[in-house]
Amino acid sequence: MSDEPLLKVENLKTQFFTEEGTVRAVDGISFEVNEGEIVGLVGESGAGKSVATSSIMRLVEDPGEIVGGTVTYKGKKIVDFEEGPDGELRQSPEMLSNEEMRKQIRGKEIAIIFQDPMEALNPVFKVGGQLREFIEINRNVSSEQAEEIAVDMLREVGIPEPEKRYDSYPHQFSGGMRQRVLIAMALACEPDLIIADEPTTALDVTVEGQIIDLVEDLQEKYGTSFIWVTHDLGVVAEITDRVNVMYLGEIIEQADVEDLFYNTKHPYTDALLDSIPRPDQSVGELKPITGVMPEAINPPSGCRFHTRCPEARTVCKEVHPTHEDVSDALESSHRVSCLKYENVGYDEAEPLDTEATDAFGGGLVEARGEEQ
Amino acid sequence: MAETSTRTEADDAGPEQPEARVGWRYTLTQVRRDPTALAGLVLIAFMTVVALIGFVDGVVFDFLSEYAVFADMGVRQYWLAETVWVNPATDPANARILRPPVGLTNPYYPNEPGTMAHPLGTDHRGRDILARLFYGTRIAITVGIVSTGIAMFLGTFVGAVAGYYGGWIDDALMRGSETLYAIPFLVLVIAFMTAFGRNLTYAMIGVGIATIPTFARLIRSRVLSVREEDYVEAARAAGVRDRNIIMRHVIPNSFAPVLVQATLQVGVNILIIAGLSFLGYGAQPPTPSWGQMLNNSRDYMLPNPWFSIWPGIAILITVVGFNLVGDGLRDALDPRINN
Repeated sequence: MSDEPLLKVENLKTQFFTEEGTVRAVDGISFEVNEGEIVGLVGESGAGKSVATSSIMRLVEDPGEIVGGTVTYKGKKIVDFEEGPDGELRQSPEMLSNEEMRKQIRGKEIAIIFQDPMEALNPVFKVGGQLREFIEINRNVSSEQAEEIAVDMLREVGIPEPEKRYDSYPHQFSGGMRQRVLIAMALACEPDLIIADEPTTALDVTVEGQIIDLVEDLQEKYGTSFIWVTHDLGVVAEITDRVNVMYLGEIIEQADVEDLFYNTKHPYTDALLDSIPRPDQSVGELKPITGVMPEAINPPSGCRFHTRCPEARTVCKEVHPTHEDVSDALESSHRVSCLKYENVGYDEAEPLDTEATDAFGGGLVEARGEEQ
Repeated sequence: MAETSTRTEADDAGPEQPEARVGWRYTLTQVRRDPTALAGLVLIAFMTVVALIGFVDGVVFDFLSEYAVFADMGVRQYWLAETVWVNPATDPANARILRPPVGLTNPYYPNEPGTMAHPLGTDHRGRDILARLFYGTRIAITVGIVSTGIAMFLGTFVGAVAGYYGGWIDDALMRGSETLYAIPFLVLVIAFMTAFGRNLTYAMIGVGIATIPTFARLIRSRVLSVREEDYVEAARAAGVRDRNIIMRHVIPNSFAPVLVQATLQVGVNILIIAGLSFLGYGAQPPTPSWGQMLNNSRDYMLPNPWFSIWPGIAILITVVGFNLVGDGLRDALDPRINN
């Protein structure tokens, strides 16, 4: 592992300018992906996971826009901003143009595996044709060579009789088979980083297991790094090396996978772990996280989780936590955004009535009213 | 045997869906199951054959008559092309080819409703109506398909680009095509032909351009949803250039309604160009287009109604044929109607 991480995301911000207001979908996230590492990106629906990954690929579409931060991939600036003469942030000259992104990065260096294998294959094309198209674009090979590589890749991802299946249409494949094809597509262009956007969510558990095994095998063989986006903590525990937990556009906890599960720091992560059944703990009743995630248009003041946090105190409403390293001697790095670990008077503050503490009957409405 | 072996392989690879609801073969099967669409196909096929006969007749005999050997054999005595082109008033020497029915007083203007020699009768100049209909079919089918082709090609391009890129490109292209839409159709085409020339070629181009908005709007609405599909996103993420995404991923998945519209539009355009010919803006005499024939027969409507009845029926049959096939295609391509 070299010193420089493969991908470095610093303070990335992506906003959507809608008629209701500015949605701060990704609000200053930072994380790194080292070579050969599988990094998890975890969070509820709407936490900004998918926007974060499409920002890395620069595939955010109107009305969305990347408004700040830096994304560095192998020394190349995928996203880079500098301060202009008028004090406004503007794109720096080092930032890759769209044309450069298309030619140098997309597919060739960073590939995506999409969530729904039913939707991610073009229904009017033969599977092999699509695979070949992607290989031809990214690997400078002739049509015949691309076809050979495509058949080899289909074999590699465990599709029986790849020569025959090459000429099949997507509707002739089952869901698991299609997901294998998508993995073949991502791997075929030999990228160094693959973004897997909830690739097993649409599959049933047995197939999910097979796909995860397949990815682990292939990851070992090719040494590809992964960003694994999911809301499934079971998959996270199974496959990732490091985990970033996202809440409302921010990364609130960042740790090695073991530390995250056995030395959980953030109340949100704690709550997430409590809300899923765990084979290693027997509890009478699961504890779901109460309430819904607030809108990212007008996020709660202070700590964004305070409206639903069981440990919230008055100070949480006022102070926005910093992303602090709280690792102890045994851990490599463990960052968390929670006032519990900061010296801002959390211990002296009064407990705050939130939805989680259940003092209010109609939680969300009143909590919101109080903010304003 | 081959059937069974493929089935087991498919089973190994996972549950295969019972019937593919995409592709030409499936669509054709659906159309064939639909009796009205089948009737439309038969009508179109019939008209196409008729058009081809007119074409073959003209080309082959024109070609053969170039050679003295064939001319001596009497190849020029063919009935179809000759009866179309010979005008007994200006070419009395050849008027005998028309073989006026027995008992007719004026040999140059044998306006008979129907005889053995001229099954559908002859027109005000004594030309065989059946023969002229044959030639007219060729013209009608050609102009219908070519003008629709022009509109479909340009309209698909405009609509797909507008829908895919959105923003100011979308605004510019769609406002432009709406401007085209706002001008009364016939006025637009007639203005176009006045500017460039009054003949069939410009009629086809003019009608084609004037119908671009129909196709542009249709495909744009489909492209707006297709561009959000994951496979388009996947192609973008793989670094496919926009041109190829539009050509290979977006258009093929948005094309079904355009195909239906095109089939219907062929019928409409045939009617429009017949109308133009009627107004004197389409085919110029003596080219035997249906609209032209209708126009010429106006003055004889009461004494000799068959002058206008036969070309009217020809137009009707062709347009109905294309409409029936268009309806059938729409049903076949619309998954909600399939059960």
